[in-house]
Amino acid sequence: MRTLKKLLAAAVITTAIAPLVLAGQAIAAKTSLVMGMALEPPHLDPTAGAPAAIDEVVYANVFEGLTRIGSKGEVLPALAESWDISEDGKTYTFKLRVGVKYHDGSDFNAEDVKFSLDRARAEGSTNAQKALFAGIESVTVKDANTVVVQLKSPAGNFLFNMGWGDAVIVAAETADGNKANPVGTGPFKFGSWVKGASVNLVKNADYWGTPVALDTATFRFISDPAASLSAMLAGDVDAFANFPSPESMPQLQADPRFKVVIGSTEGETILSTNNTKPPFNDVRVRRAIAHAIDRQAIVDGAMFGQGTPIGTHFAPHHPAYVNLVDRYPMDLDAAKKLLAEAGFPNGFEATLKLPPPTYARRGGEIVASQLRKIGIDLEIIPVEWGVWVPEVFKAKDYDLTIVSHTEPMDIGIYSRKDYYFNYSNDTFNDIIAKLNVTTGEAERYALMSEAQKVISEDAVNGFMFQLAKSGVWNAKINGLWENSPVQANDLTGVSWSD
Amino acid sequence: MFRFLLTALRNGSFVTGFLITSIVIAMAVTSFFWTPFDVTDLDIAAKLKPPNEVNWFGTDHFGRDIFSMIMVGARNSIAVALVAVVIGVGIGVPIGCWAAAKGGLLDESLMRGNDVIFAFPALLSAVMITAVFGPGAINAIIAIGIFNIPVFARLARGASLSLWPRDFIMAARAAGKNKTRITIEHIVPNIANVVIVQATIAFALGIILEAGLAYVGLGTQPPLPSWGKMLSEAQTMMSFAPHMAIIPGLAIVITVLGLNLLGDGLRDVLDPRLTRKHD
Amino acid sequence: MIMFLIRKILWAAATLAVASILVFAALEIVPGDPAEVMLGINATDEAIAALREDLGLNKPVLERYLSWVTGMLQGDFGKSYTYSVSVNELVADRITISLPLALISMLISTAIAIPVGLYAAARRGSWADTGIMALSQVGIAIPNFWFALLLVYFLAIWLQLVPAGGFPGWDVGILIALKSLLLPALALALPQAAILSRITRSALLETLGEDYIRTARAKGLSRRATIWNHGLRNAMIPVLTIMGLQFAYLLAGTIIIENVFYLPGLGRLVFQAISLRDLIVVESVVMMLVATIIVINLIVDLAYLWVDPRLRHRG
Repeated sequence: MRTLKKLLAAAVITTAIAPLVLAGQAIAAKTSLVMGMALEPPHLDPTAGAPAAIDEVVYANVFEGLTRIGSKGEVLPALAESWDISEDGKTYTFKLRVGVKYHDGSDFNAEDVKFSLDRARAEGSTNAQKALFAGIESVTVKDANTVVVQLKSPAGNFLFNMGWGDAVIVAAETADGNKANPVGTGPFKFGSWVKGASVNLVKNADYWGTPVALDTATFRFISDPAASLSAMLAGDVDAFANFPSPESMPQLQADPRFKVVIGSTEGETILSTNNTKPPFNDVRVRRAIAHAIDRQAIVDGAMFGQGTPIGTHFAPHHPAYVNLVDRYPMDLDAAKKLLAEAGFPNGFEATLKLPPPTYARRGGEIVASQLRKIGIDLEIIPVEWGVWVPEVFKAKDYDLTIVSHTEPMDIGIYSRKDYYFNYSNDTFNDIIAKLNVTTGEAERYALMSEAQKVISEDAVNGFMFQLAKSGVWNAKINGLWENSPVQANDLTGVSWSD
Repeated sequence: MFRFLLTALRNGSFVTGFLITSIVIAMAVTSFFWTPFDVTDLDIAAKLKPPNEVNWFGTDHFGRDIFSMIMVGARNSIAVALVAVVIGVGIGVPIGCWAAAKGGLLDESLMRGNDVIFAFPALLSAVMITAVFGPGAINAIIAIGIFNIPVFARLARGASLSLWPRDFIMAARAAGKNKTRITIEHIVPNIANVVIVQATIAFALGIILEAGLAYVGLGTQPPLPSWGKMLSEAQTMMSFAPHMAIIPGLAIVITVLGLNLLGDGLRDVLDPRLTRKHD
Repeated sequence: MIMFLIRKILWAAATLAVASILVFAALEIVPGDPAEVMLGINATDEAIAALREDLGLNKPVLERYLSWVTGMLQGDFGKSYTYSVSVNELVADRITISLPLALISMLISTAIAIPVGLYAAARRGSWADTGIMALSQVGIAIPNFWFALLLVYFLAIWLQLVPAGGFPGWDVGILIALKSLLLPALALALPQAAILSRITRSALLETLGEDYIRTARAKGLSRRATIWNHGLRNAMIPVLTIMGLQFAYLLAGTIIIENVFYLPGLGRLVFQAISLRDLIVVESVVMMLVATIIVINLIVDLAYLWVDPRLRHRG
């Protein structure tokens, strides 16, 4: 038995000591950055896929478009140095930057712009935002550094659209390989990709613009909120542009090593409603729901206080935002009265389909409990995105669902025919049609606020809250974006102090 | 019967296991008509309270009473695991008995069919089944039940095979009874003991598996609480609300332990030979 | 003997074939379309149709099944829809986590279970034995993912000895990488050790009750010598069987633990692939895991045969 005892002792000692021996840490150098992200991109070609994670790695870092979107949502020149817009607003002449090279050493010129835009709008294109290019009549190369884009009708947001990740300029020779080996013009080159773990970018020494301060940038994928927290605390990750668990924020805020920035996103989180399906086709029922949901309780319960209640489909940080939260104050009596008027004094039963994100799953449980108080009994059906898209979004087979609409400036979706809200209002459509051809800022803002009021009045959806962006990073890092006007982690201005 | 009770009461495992299981079942049954608080009523203002005299096990991130949730969760765990066992016994035992009675090619093909199911890692297939039919308690039952079928089929086949050459079966055959009748009248009553013991073990495993499925979001769906789902919700809040993770886990451990002890005890009580051999 | 072997192998092949049909059929009826998932909510129908064509999803069912199976037979497991790399490559990446994790937890559980089980058997009926058996009973009742949460809470959040999750990759250094596998390995090992120690104990007791052991004792061999020389070797057969099965389980059944610790292993790959409707990845990886289990079972069967020649005439 002595041998056995020795064995046992050895086993105990090994398990006890192993963690101590292994406790050494690697210290990050000052010219490298490890950025945490919740989701891994499926591939790295922003022109052939919708997932925001693609843009969050490559946008502005590896790939550039004609224009780019700045940290405040403004349109900045990028590969196009400047542009002229014709009187009728239909012809855009882009003057391209000279001396730009792709990462494989080949030159960038007007042919690439034509190729990229034509490819995106071509029949059989797999661009996820093909609508961005739908207004283009033709793209012509005037000379090596000048491109003329002819639009079918004037489009007020064309320059903004060209700044999307889906509109980046790629080279014909490398376009098909971009999914696995992206070749762009940006300040970082693609380094390596460990599937399931991280993507590594390295500095592009031949960049045309201001060189970046970082030598390497690593995007590490950690979807688990608990794991994210410990990676942050351990210093394995330097920054999270969007920390996955709002409940961990107080702990990170209290830690002097970190800077926590609660910014805003373009994500209007709404209780999407099927406007043609009874009883939701009755505006009184929709207004009753609007009165019954306690937005602040949802923000507190689902997002641990992070998020701004909204009363319409518009980002509160936008200058044209109209605060309509008080249009439908939380008022159960008013809600019950409206329901009774609509013929449902005792409420009714309906379904609530919830996609995977925390805001939807937690928010949905709270909404269901709030609506139960006015007699609306919701059956919660959790669905994966793979089911949500065909069932809810495409086939419109749903009563209610919760989703965050993260595209910037997307109030126009309410005028889309056949959109999954099944909402149609001619007054609203006229406003959007006018907005699309208006270029003056003041007039645009006036139209936007009108649009916000119409959908609020119709209580099209249950407007819940604007998704917060909970950025956490090492306090010594400068230049990370505090807000996210586009889905991106623009690292061009990032550096370490000392 | 009296002697059975006497032996049973002298068996420590049986008594402990029986007590624990009874308490859990009693909690589950009570939850149908009474819980200290309503588990579907959220009170965000009262969230994340540690255990105290009002909320004995504290509250969760929605301000729900965890004690009430444990009670209702017991109901779900037991229902899922129990129905899955019933499926396993109800389909597996007849298959096993049939295979043993007929023998030959039928036996071979039924048992090889079992092998196919056995070749799938249980949890992986449960994940696939819930992907096909959607998440939910019913589909969790189907997924777990399917894995109980071959377990009981093998057990029933093995046990009945050992009975067929026995004298009393031979006598029954000589008396002209057909195989089906013999199986029903003689085989089934004689393999009941082993099946009951295995059933308690499968019950315990079912509870762990259900918790695992619920933990990855494929089991019982909200608003009804389930132990596994409570654990997954607790994970990100562990640094400031550890009670949310510790309590549902303890509930699982105690229930499974109770069932395993009950199974062990039953085995000893029902088959005294084993008792003598091992202890 | 040869006939027996051939029959076993044929059955294994048939099992694989049936399993492949089951897996393929199940995923055919899974709701959701990979192309729609990949392109997201703003994609036009036309773009989705183009992608479906690209992915070969428009071909008839039978044709897709046959090309999948013939591909696998030639060692080509297809190309992932979402990642657009070969499944072989994806699996090769993930196995560098799943395999070491399985090996380490196997090592830990064996290192605990065998000595403990043997000790309990040798001291049957003592307080130590009763204590060990009670503990192992509790160990079996603990779900490994809950144990994992407790480990995270105490070792990672409180003491901050090890990371709570994630895998930095082997290129950051073997020690750092191993460190992040330690907690998941421990979490997997404990319940396995509880089972294994009970098996070890009862296997040894079983063999000690056999006639030849009694003979050995009667010949005057000391109790300890009997255990070491005769009992142990024979008791190891059921123990090794269980270890084989546990290893198969560890390779495939760690989905939940990989979720708790966010490890990019095989189980997680399948789990993610299902939700992304990356069907070819799900099909191929599940088939690989099923094949592994069948092969391990076959080896166990053959090992039995080798150990106990009486079985050769049955079966």
